[in-house]
Parts: sequence; structure tokens; C-alpha cells
Amino acid sequence: MAKYLLLKHYRGAPAAVNDVPMDRWTPEEISTHVQYMRDFAARLEGTGEFVDAQALAAEGTWVRYDGEGRPPVTDGPFAETKDLIAGWMVIDVGGYERAVELAGELSAAPGAGGQPIHEWLEVRPFLTEPPTITE
Amino acid sequence: MSTQLDELLLRSLAPSVLAVLVRRGADFATAEDAVQDALVEAVRVWPAGPPRDPKGWLVTVAWRRFIDATRADAARRRREELVDEEPEPGPAPGVDDTLQLYFLCAHPSLAPSSAVALTLRAVGGLTTRQIARAYLVPEATMAQRISRAKRSVSGVRFDQPGDVATVLRVLYLVFNEGYSGDVDLAAEAIRLTRQLAAAIDHPEVAGLLALMLLHFARRAARTAPDGSLVPLAEQDRSRWDTASIAEGVEILQAALARDRLGEFQAQAAIAALHADAPTAEETDWVQIVEWYDELVRLTDSPVVRLNRAVAVGQADGPRAGLAALAELDDSLPRHAAVAAYLHDLDGDLATAARLYAEAARHAPDLAERDHLTRQAARLNARRSR
Repeated sequence: MAKYLLLKHYRGAPAAVNDVPMDRWTPEEISTHVQYMRDFAARLEGTGEFVDAQALAAEGTWVRYDGEGRPPVTDGPFAETKDLIAGWMVIDVGGYERAVELAGELSAAPGAGGQPIHEWLEVRPFLTEPPTITE
Repeated sequence: MSTQLDELLLRSLAPSVLAVLVRRGADFATAEDAVQDALVEAVRVWPAGPPRDPKGWLVTVAWRRFIDATRADAARRRREELVDEEPEPGPAPGVDDTLQLYFLCAHPSLAPSSAVALTLRAVGGLTTRQIARAYLVPEATMAQRISRAKRSVSGVRFDQPGDVATVLRVLYLVFNEGYSGDVDLAAEAIRLTRQLAAAIDHPEVAGLLALMLLHFARRAARTAPDGSLVPLAEQDRSRWDTASIAEGVEILQAALARDRLGEFQAQAAIAALHADAPTAEETDWVQIVEWYDELVRLTDSPVVRLNRAVAVGQADGPRAGLAALAELDDSLPRHAAVAAYLHDLDGDLATAARLYAEAARHAPDLAERDHLTRQAARLNARRSR
């Protein structure tokens, strides 16, 4: 088994095919979308492949260490940051092909007009623990 | 029994208890749940009042749970037939039934991850929660994985002979995926392989058991206190577990003597040659290359050829290793890592450093990535001096 992160971007991904911002959808379209995501997660739990799903607020803060005894420096949010993560799903699947298959299905979530968004999702493998047998 | 509950003893009884229920006509999925319930009940009540016949106790409790589970549903009539036919809980044939369970849980219709989970639960007696923690997935996900697996094999006849090779692949996976949790999966894989070796006389089962014991013996030495990987050549060999090595070598020799070589015996032979060398310098690389030749013949695996190139580099020099490597597809996983190592041995530090860094970018696990990055950093620091 291999774990993969399916990463969804607010910004930074190539444009989706059905690229209408969510606030221009009808309320029903939003409900349908949310239900699709829930059903998708429930289905993956049923197949024994679901690990985690989380959504992130659109705005965050940059933080860095500022030396001994000093409070951390904070900055942002930066409106110009190119890459902005919207959320993720973590799956535990048989291999890369299955991860791509599932990401494709997730990308088909309905958006404006009830049509699939075709949004780009980033599929990233997790680094594993080292195998016990090494040679 | 002492009042201290021996969890391993308890779990070792799980497969034979399950087999008794299935032999009595219980369906596999419900019977397996019933055995889990009985194990949980045993953990609760045995410390205060240990039974004289632990297995008989488990069979009785599990059977009762099975009857309870089927009472409410449509299977009532069938259940009543079963109760009428219930045999005396006398001596149950343990060995063959356990073997059948291994076959069922490693059935070729199951995905490897499902076979692993089902084997750990039904044969290993682990709880869903323990398995979920070991594989770092939510308990609900693991529960579904197991129940789907049970449904998949529900139509398989219990007395159908299975293929030992599929069982060995599952046990190998359990051993090799070094995930953590409160269960030591490597130790659990050894326990299950030992149990299998007792149930079936097969040189490859012995070969896998030997392979596991020989690698398990090195475990304490292969990780530094900070968690980083220590390569074989740099391990403190005084920390290798000599009892585990001795047992592995003995099992392997008995298996090899039967002259039915298979890939696990050949892999174990390589591990035994490493175990046999008092220092890394004294390793018999010529013999190791010969075993890799056998492995290539047996498996025709590109990964084996890659490891063979490393051994050739040690036996005949890094140039010979690089020549062996040149015959292989450079898109193979770990190809760059092997190339880096051979160039390192050959003294071409610039190339080695570049390849170590490239290999680090493609490393599938964190410890290996860190190790390769350190190797690149070591060479770069030396070159800039």
C-alpha cells in the first residue's frame, strides 16, 4: 500500500475547465458539490482507502523565528502568494495508477451548471518507512 | 497459566479456534468476528480466572458469540440446524486447519493490502485497531478493508488447497513494511511464518523464515540513536543478535539440503553470508555474487540485477560493478543510488556526489533520502576542501 496526498489549490494550479468561482454558483450547485465530496470520502472509507480529508481557510499567516528570547515575527497574509493550498485528501491505495484514478474522480466534482469542474489536483506520494530487508 | 496474561499465547490460539468454527459450518466472516469477541473477552476475564483449557474456552465462547450473532437474522433456521449438529468440543485437528486459514487470507482474489490486513486479524489475532495503527490509517478504514476482504473470500471453499507462494508474499510484505505502532510487525511476521513452517513442510517457507530471522538479527544495529540508517558496512556487528542468526542459518541449511532452491532461500543465503562476516571487509562477495546469479535465474527481477551490480562492484571492483549496471535501465528505482555508490568506490567523487543528490530526490523513504543527502554532502565537503 502507498499513501498519496491529493492536493487542492485555491491558487497556483493550472486553470480548471469549468473555471467559475464558487461564489458565482447557485446555492444548489454548492450543495451538490459539497455532497459529492462527502460521498467521495464515504466511498473511499468503504473501500478501505480513506485516510484523511481537511479543508483550509483561504488566508494564513507567515511566521518565522526571530532570535533567542524574542517573539516570532509574523507577516502576511500576502495577497500575491502564487501558491495557495485549499485542502487535501490523503488516500492509502494499491499504487500510483489507483491514486491517479481517484484524483480524476475527485476532479470531476460538479461546479457551475452542475458540470464537472475538471480542476487540476496535485498527486504527491508520501515518503515511507524504510523496508526491513535492504539487500 | 500465570495470572499475567500471555497475549502471544492467546493470539496463537486464534487461527485454530476460528478453524473449528468454520469446520462446524459457521460462515467465515461471522466466525471471524466471533473469535475476535472471544479474544477480547479472554483478555478481560483470564487474568482473574485463567481457564484450564484455553483453547476449549475460546471455542465455547466464540461459538456462543457466533450463535448470538446469527440468532436475530434470517439465518435462524440454518443456525438451529447447526446447533443440532454441534459436535463435541473435543480435540480439534489444529495443524491443517491453520494452513487452510493462511491460504484463505492470502487468496489471490485479494489485493495485497487486504490479504495483509485479513491475515493479521484472522491468523494473527490482532485487533482492527492494532492493525490500523500499524499501517497508519483510521480504524474505520481498516475495518472496511477487512470486512470487504472477508466478503471477497466468503465463497471460497475452506478445504480448497491454496498456493504457498501467495501466503509467503503476504508474510514477506508484513515483515518488510517496517511501519510502527504498538505491534512489532516484523516480530509478528516471524511468529506467523514460524507457525506456518510448523503446519507445512516446504523449503521456501523455511527460506523465508530464515531470511526474516537473519535480517531481524541486524535490526538493533541498523538505526543510529538519532533514527538515521546505518549502512550494512558501518554497522556495529557486535550488536547483531547471534541467537537469531544461528537459528536462521540452521533453518536455511536444512532447507538448502533438500535441493529445492527458491528465491527466499537464495535471499536468505545472501543474508547469511553477510551475517557470517566478522567485519565488512571479510565479506565473501564472490559467493554473494554467485547467489545473486541464482536469484536472477529464479526471478529475472531488475531489482535483483541492481543489487547484483553492487555485489559485483565489491567482488570484482567498482568498474566491473558499473559495467553490470550499464546493462540495466536507468529508470529503475534506486538506479542512481547504486551508480552513486559505485562511482564513490571508484573515487569519482564529483559524479558520485551528483548522483547521490539525484538519488535523494527520488528516494521513496525518508531515512534513505536523508542517508543519500548526507552522502552527497560528505563528498561535496571533501571536494571543496
